This record gives sequence, structure tokens and C-alpha cells, in this order.
Amino acid sequence: MASSTLIPNPVTNNTDRARDSSKRRKRKKIQRQSSGNGRDQSSQNLNNSNEPISPWKSDVQQQLYSSKLLQALRQVRQSSATSIKPPRRGRAVHEAADRVLAVTAKGRTRWSRAILTNKLKLKFMRSNRKQRGMVATATGNSRLKKPRVSISRLKMKNLPAVQKKTRVLGGLVPGCRKQSLPVVLEEATDYIPALEMQVRAMTALVNLLSGGSSSTSVSGAGNLGHFSFSRPPPNL
Amino acid sequence: MSSRRSRSRQSAASMITDDQINDLVSKLHQLLPEIRNRCSDKVSATRVLQETCSYIRSLHREVDDLSERLSELLDNTDSTQASIIRSLLMQ
Repeated sequence: MASSTLIPNPVTNNTDRARDSSKRRKRKKIQRQSSGNGRDQSSQNLNNSNEPISPWKSDVQQQLYSSKLLQALRQVRQSSATSIKPPRRGRAVHEAADRVLAVTAKGRTRWSRAILTNKLKLKFMRSNRKQRGMVATATGNSRLKKPRVSISRLKMKNLPAVQKKTRVLGGLVPGCRKQSLPVVLEEATDYIPALEMQVRAMTALVNLLSGGSSSTSVSGAGNLGHFSFSRPPPNL
Repeated sequence: MSSRRSRSRQSAASMITDDQINDLVSKLHQLLPEIRNRCSDKVSATRVLQETCSYIRSLHREVDDLSERLSELLDNTDSTQASIIRSLLMQ
């Protein structure tokens, strides 16, 4: 019957769109995780409704981020031994952490590209070579400037209140300052789990560096216990 | 506006409908910590945007705070300890 094609196949409880997006995320997860984990995840994703909704929640991502962060922090320490006063150094650490986060994102999102191109812009503006800066932005932003979305038939969303909050939110997410609502929403949907992962990784690092006894507690940071102490540490 | 007419000639993927926006809003709403506890079906976009702004600001503050602590701790540890930690983490 012709109508059967319109009715979504009731295999899972999800809707079509959710199923498509969960398939996409499942594919991404399998690519990023090891094969053993991937098999478990793929079987879980079909049956469980509480599947991890983003690759930012995986332990692999967090470990990748933490190791890169450590490298970056050592560079910051070496380069700022005497030049930067203590109040500024926190800012330098924050910027390095953001940069490592953007690298870990592999440049697939607007905010990660914006963070990386901002660093390039600053570097090249100093030596007054604006041409190079333009090339960097062209590769990163040429796709962004294309009028990809046009908001039509929106009744509520043209409210000035929504527009104002969109601008504010766009100012908070890097690279989304003048973007439209759907773009800002999509970027924020990826940016928030990334920030949460950044907080988890940096908290674990701080706990490790400041003694290590508190990191095994499960009080508010249940993930941290899994994160670095799933295996017994080697004999140092 | 003529620009709107020319834009409508583009592929269907470039037209964002209300449904897609609602979908994005509800996805974002899932990520927010406070609203997650109360299962509310009808979420106003304004409320979600507001909560998102404040949540991102609080996350930024937390990262700021953590970077301050990290920068202080980096003084006290020497590089050998950092490399030990790195090898521990990469296993």
C-alpha cells in the first residue's frame, strides 16, 4: 500500500529524525572509539534510550584532550616563565585550553574553526601581513559566509526578544556573533558538551597535580574515577 | 524582497522551517542541566536561550577558575611530574 511508505518503521521508539541523527552519531562514535567499544555501543544505541548523545562524553575524547592539554600547558609554562605575571597566566592557560579544545574538535564546527583562526589572525596582524590572515579566514569561513539558511515562515521566532537573546548567545559561543538562530542553536548544541568535557578534564588534571588523593572520590565527579583510575597506575 | 525570492530558488536544504528550529531548540534543551529534571514538553525558545546563555557563562567561569588553579599548580610541579602524568593518562 502506498500509505505504508509514509508510516515510519516502528523498529525503535525514536522518530525518523532522531533515528537518523542517532545513526550519524553512532557512526561517528564507531570511528572514534576502538572496535571493542564500538560493537557494544552499536548494540546499545538501538535498544537503550539513554545512549550517549555526543562524542564529547566518551572517555577517549577526554584522554585525548588531556594529553594535548598537558603538552600545551608545558609550552605555556616554558614560554611564560618570567614574561607573564601571575594574573595573566590564568588567562594564557584558559586560551591554551580553548585552543586544545578546538583542535580536539577537528575543526568540524564553526566555533572550533573560529577559535583557531582567531589565534592566526592575532599572530599575523602583529606582523602586518593581512593577506595571510585573509587566506586563513577564507579557508575557514568561506563556507560559513555562504547564505546557507534562510528563515521563512517563522511566526514566533521573529520576536525581538528571541533576536536579542540570539545575539547574546552568539556572542558567547565563539564565531557565532552575527549568525542566525538555527546556526547559533546548532553550534551551542556542540559547544556545551565540549565545555563540559573541558571542565571534567581540567578538574581531573587539577586534582592529579594537587595531591591525587581527592580524585578517587565519587562525590560530585563520578566521571573522574572512571577517567584516570580505571586501571591501576604503573609502578613509578 | 527580491533577495528572498532568489534565495527560494536554492535547494530545499537551505530553507529552515519552524519544525527544524523547534527540533534544535529541544535538542539544546536536553543538554541543559536544570530543565532536565522537570520533563516539560512545551519549552519556550526564549527560556531555552536564556538558560543556555547563563549555563555557558557559568561553564566559562568554571574554566577560568580551573585555569587559575592550573597556572598556580604549574609553578609548583616540575616537568618530570607532568610527563609522568601524561604517560599515565595516555595508557
